[in-house]
This record gives sequence, C-alpha cells and structure tokens, in this order.
Amino acid sequence: MKNGALVFLAVFVALGLSWCGFVLAPARQLGNAKQTTILNSTDLYPMGRPGDANMGLQVYRANGCAACHTEQVRQSGVTCNVVLTGAGKNPELVSNLVSTLKLNGLAKEVADAVSDRITAAGGKAEIHIIATGPDISRGWGTRQSVAEDFLYDYPVQTGSLRAGPDLANIGVREPDANWQLAHLYAPSSEVKGSVMPSIHFLFEVRKTGGAPSPDALVFPKGFGPPAGYEVVPKPEAKELAAYLLSLRANVPLYSAPFTP
Amino acid sequence: MTEMQPQDAKTQASDPKIDASCLVPLLALSGGAALWLVIGSVLAMIASIKFHAPGFLADCPWLTYGRVQPAADDALLYGFCIPAALGVMLWIFARLSRAPLCLPFVPVVAANLWHLGVFIGLVGVLAGESTGFAWLEFPRGGSVLLFAAFLLIAIPAVATFGQRRERELYPSHWFLLAALLWFPWIYATGNLFLVALPVRGVAQAAINLWFASNLIFVWFGLAGLGVSFYLLPKFAGRPLQSHYLALFAFWTLILFGTWCGISAGAPLPAWMPALSTVAASLTIIPVLAVAAIMWKTLCGSTHSETRGGPFCFIRFGVASFVLAGLMLIAMACPQISKVTEFTWCGPAQTQLQLYGFFAMTMFGAIYHILPQAAGFEFPLQKLARVHFWISTLGVLLLVTPLAIGGLVQGFKWANPSVAPVDVARAALPFLRVSTTGLLLLLLGNLLFALNIFAVTLKWKFALLKTMIAAVKAPLDTKGETTSAFASLRRDKEVKA
Repeated sequence: MKNGALVFLAVFVALGLSWCGFVLAPARQLGNAKQTTILNSTDLYPMGRPGDANMGLQVYRANGCAACHTEQVRQSGVTCNVVLTGAGKNPELVSNLVSTLKLNGLAKEVADAVSDRITAAGGKAEIHIIATGPDISRGWGTRQSVAEDFLYDYPVQTGSLRAGPDLANIGVREPDANWQLAHLYAPSSEVKGSVMPSIHFLFEVRKTGGAPSPDALVFPKGFGPPAGYEVVPKPEAKELAAYLLSLRANVPLYSAPFTP
Repeated sequence: MTEMQPQDAKTQASDPKIDASCLVPLLALSGGAALWLVIGSVLAMIASIKFHAPGFLADCPWLTYGRVQPAADDALLYGFCIPAALGVMLWIFARLSRAPLCLPFVPVVAANLWHLGVFIGLVGVLAGESTGFAWLEFPRGGSVLLFAAFLLIAIPAVATFGQRRERELYPSHWFLLAALLWFPWIYATGNLFLVALPVRGVAQAAINLWFASNLIFVWFGLAGLGVSFYLLPKFAGRPLQSHYLALFAFWTLILFGTWCGISAGAPLPAWMPALSTVAASLTIIPVLAVAAIMWKTLCGSTHSETRGGPFCFIRFGVASFVLAGLMLIAMACPQISKVTEFTWCGPAQTQLQLYGFFAMTMFGAIYHILPQAAGFEFPLQKLARVHFWISTLGVLLLVTPLAIGGLVQGFKWANPSVAPVDVARAALPFLRVSTTGLLLLLLGNLLFALNIFAVTLKWKFALLKTMIAAVKAPLDTKGETTSAFASLRRDKEVKA
C-alpha cells in the first residue's frame, strides 16, 4: 500500500460491508418487526410486559443480572409424534395398523406419511411437533427463543454467559412471587447450595412491631430473619420479581412451532 | 517494496528529540491508564471473591456482582488498554515519520478528557446507570467524552503521519491508521443505535454482538499488531518477515474479522450466525499469517535479550494473539460451540485477548518507550522484570482454569439430568483458581503503576529543579532564563 488514503479506503470497504450486513440490515429487518399471531389462534404476540415488569427490566439492567443469566433457549431441531385421535368405523383395522407403526420421534415427512396411512384406514390422527435439544430437555422452554420474544424490551438482555440457569421462561418455572423474592434475598433458601450472590440491598429488614407488613416474605424454616424481624421487599425488588414472572416465552409461533 | 527497518535512515530530527516530544502525552495517557489498571484489578478481585462467598458485600448495591464485573472489564478495556495504546501509537507515528509529534498539547488535553470519561462511566456503572449492553455499559456522559477524546488524539496522530519524509508506508502504518478509523465508527454506531436512538427488539442484540467482536477481536488486533510489528523487528535486530505477509494479514483480518461474533444460539435470523461462522473459520488465515510473521522474524534474531524485558512482553503478546484467535475460531465451530457457547470459555477467550495479548503488548511497549522519552531509566527497573513473570503466571492461572471450567460446565449444561445448581457448583473450583490468577495480575499491575508513577515523579521533580534554577539564575538577559527550561531537555538528549 502506497499511501494513507488507500488504508482509509480499505477500512471503509471492509467495515462498511459488515456494517451494512450486521447493523443496517437487522436494524431495518428486525427493527420494523410487528406483533405476530400465535400459531392456530388469532391472539397477538407479544402483548408487551405490564408496567411494573418493564420497570423491573430496568432493575435487571442496572444490577447486571445478564452477567450470569441468559434469556435465550436453544433448540437443535424438532421431532414429530403421531397421536391417534379417533378410531373411525373400523377400529380393529386401525389398531392393527397402529401396532405395526412407529409413532413417536419421527421426522416431519415420515409423520405425514404415517398420518396419511392411518387416515386411509379410516382413523383420525394428529401430528404433534416437539422441539428438541439439551435446553428444552432441561425444561428451560418448550421452544427456542425467537426475535418476537424481545419485541418491546429495552434494553434487550439476551446475556452471553450461563453462570446460572437460563431465564427465558423463569416465570413459567417459578410462577410464585414470594419464591422469586425470597430467592433474590437469600438464594440458598429456595435452591439448596445456590452460588448466586444475595441481593440484600433490594430489601429492608425491620422490626415487625405491632402490625406486620403484608409484603413480608415467607421463608422456609431456618432461613428467615431473627424472631421479631421481617424482610420487606423495596419497590425495586417487587418490580424485578414482576419482570421475572413476565418472562414466559412459551407460545407456539410460525417461526418456532410446537404443539402445546 | 523496500524491506526497510523503521528509523534506520539518516533523519532530520534525531530520535531523542522525537521521543522527548512524546513524553508529556505519554505520561498523561499512561499515567491515568496505570491507575485504572489497578482499580480494574481490584474490582475484578471483588467480583471473583463473590464466587467464594455469595454473601460478600451483599448489602452494598454499588458492589453487587452484576455491576462490579462489567466495571472491572470496562476499567481494563477503556481505562487501560485504549489510552495506553493511543500513547504508544502517537510515539510510533512520530518515529515512523521521523518528525516530532505535532500539536503535543492536544493529546494531553484529550487524555484528561478520556480519563474523566472513564471516571464518569465507571461511577455510572457502579451506581446502576449502566446501559445494559456488553462493552458499551458507560452511560451517555462517559461515552461522549471518550468519543471526543479519541477524535482529539487522532488529529495529532494523523498530522504527524502527514509529516513523514518517505511516501512508502510501513506495515504498522496500515494497522494503526485503520485502528484510528475503526474505533470511532464502531463506537459511534454502538452508542447511536443502542443508546441514543435505540433500534427495536432483538436488533439490539445483533448490533451489540457486532460491536463487541469488532472492538475486541478486530480493533485490538489492529492496534496491538501495529505496535508489535514496529517493535518486534527492532528487538530482533532484523526486518519484519515480511511486509507482504503483514499486508496479507491486514487485509484478511479486516475483511473476515469484522463479520465474526454473532453467536450460534442467538435468537436472530439463521443467516446471521451462519455467515459469522464462515467468517470466523476464515480468520484462521490472518491468525496463521501473524504466527508465520512472528516465527520468521524471530528465527535468526541477532539481539541478546534481557530476561523479562520489553521483548518478552511483546513475544508473549503476539503468541497470545495467535492462541486467542485459534480459540475464537474453534468456539465458532458449530460442533464445539454447542458445548462452549454461554460458558466460561467465552470470558477465558476475551481475557486472553485483552490481557494476554493486548495489555502485555502495551506493557512491553511502554517499558521500551518511556525511558527513551524521559531520558532516564525506570527508577524501579527490576520491578518491571518481576512484572513480566508475575503477569505471565497470572494470565495462565486466569485463562486456563476458566477455559477448562467452561468445558466442564458446557458438558454438564448439555446433560439435562445434572441439576442447575450442580452445574454452577462444578465451575466453582475453576473460578477459585482463577482468583489466584487475578491476584497475581493485581500485583503485577501494581508494579507497573509504581514504575509509571516513579517516572512521572522523577520527571516532575527534575522540572521543578530546573524551574527553581531558572528563578534563581542571575537575570542577565531574557534569553538565558528561558533557555534554562530548555537545558533540561538538552541534558536528556545528551544522556540518551
């Protein structure tokens, strides 16, 4: 290279290309995404989180929860099960046929063929789609995370490290607000041997006094505050719990189908 | 193309004069950088101790893990790595142009702006004002200052580049000029699209991943290799082998490297991770080219080396770059990323790139440059040698356990019968070993900071002495008193 201008040109071309590909294209394609309908339904998804959950997302951001938790479920593929829903007019023929066929863990084309054979014999069959992969088997979700799940979030907190479990569906797994709050205050009270740092500063430990607070947390035996004291969540803690409970990416979509 | 070695030809401005012109900007940039380096290490230690005792400092919101960990990373990256690199870059531009630094006061002002930006940013992150985007955590006040300060430093760098006598560019020129353009572009993009006028939904994640990869892999690659390719031939006593290979590495690094970084599991359209995987596998080309350049340049090296001297830092840095690059490529393979994605392997790779490659290269460069610019040796020179050994051990003890722990963790996450708490606990022994690595790095960083501060103090003391001498001197003529200031500089030149 003979002169400086050429270096600038090189950078302009190289970085400009990837800028168009990985910044401009997603900003236009994904940035203009709209709500979509849930599969086999007319309901729209996502509906946006409730106000306190949105404020909770800011607590999640401020305290860097994404340093240890992801919100993205991966899936390696799908598998199909054929389920017999009706025997029709000739139940014996159908049951004989079904006993000779493999019905579970099929590829989509095979499942279609099996379903066709059952229908031809007069029976009724449905194909159930099931997402597969270690994350799904772990119970972290019923399908992979897709762009729609994050449509209204700012900032999107997908995370990049699983020092702890994935949270894409924590609201489905642990739907109890008291569980969430007690776990934030003293993680090992709810999960034995947890290594999560305690988030004490979102709570207030105070003397119970005459009238105990209705918000006071309920702990399993041996984890509560000393007698005469109660642990009361601050507003931020309640918002954070509301956000965690709102993490429910569990509806079937065109881009991530499954049979509920 | 002539296989010249930098600074060999007869020059208009002598080397000591050029070096001296860079002294104040260098001290301003690396002095603050050394301070942030130590602060970053302390923050990293606090974060790491949380894995020994989850209740540690649980009542203090400012020191909760999710704030301290990003603050520690940012203090290392924005506090130390970038300003240190900018100081070294200015010196290399001046040396390659064989002219004193243009506008030397501008980088001094910019250095103070930069360090103020880092201060505002770190306080913001610790106070809970983080933007929530990886490597872009600094709130607006901090990031605007960083951006302005970077542009301010780029001006004298480019002006000095314009002073050069020889039209032909040296390989370091390509790398460093590209770095000067690369950072403002990606930093502005990140802050505009994610913070100022945020795009909607998961496009944020895509842009964040693009930014992080372009910063950590490409920008640090450009800046660090630019510095190494200038210093390696000097230490080895033979020309860079070869300019063509370096040009090849440059082109392939910027063409392929810039597309890396979109992780396979991200909830993005499938073409994006697929393209990123292809690009990552192609970055094997620049990584191997860099390995070949280092190998060929160092074989037949004529210089006797001091153990633990600047040469050792630079060699360790380039070797780490190659290793970190290979790790990056391996972790982009779909079969491997199934296990390593979302594990401690990621931080291991980043730390190897940031600390093993970049910070070590900058230590070597500053240890080499600062004594020349100041005109006297480091007052605590032996500590610099100790620093090398401590840091080498520290990097090994930080990166190796994180990488192994990441693999263990990855295999356990992939097995649904292992409970989440058991997976988290399985990584603990490795994290605890890495705390030892961090402790060693903290010690090493302290030694570095001590050396930098000692040079600064000695320089200020000498300046003070000259000023007092100037005041005391009989005021015969105006010319003589003013020249008393210059005498300090002249003394240095004679010594050098």
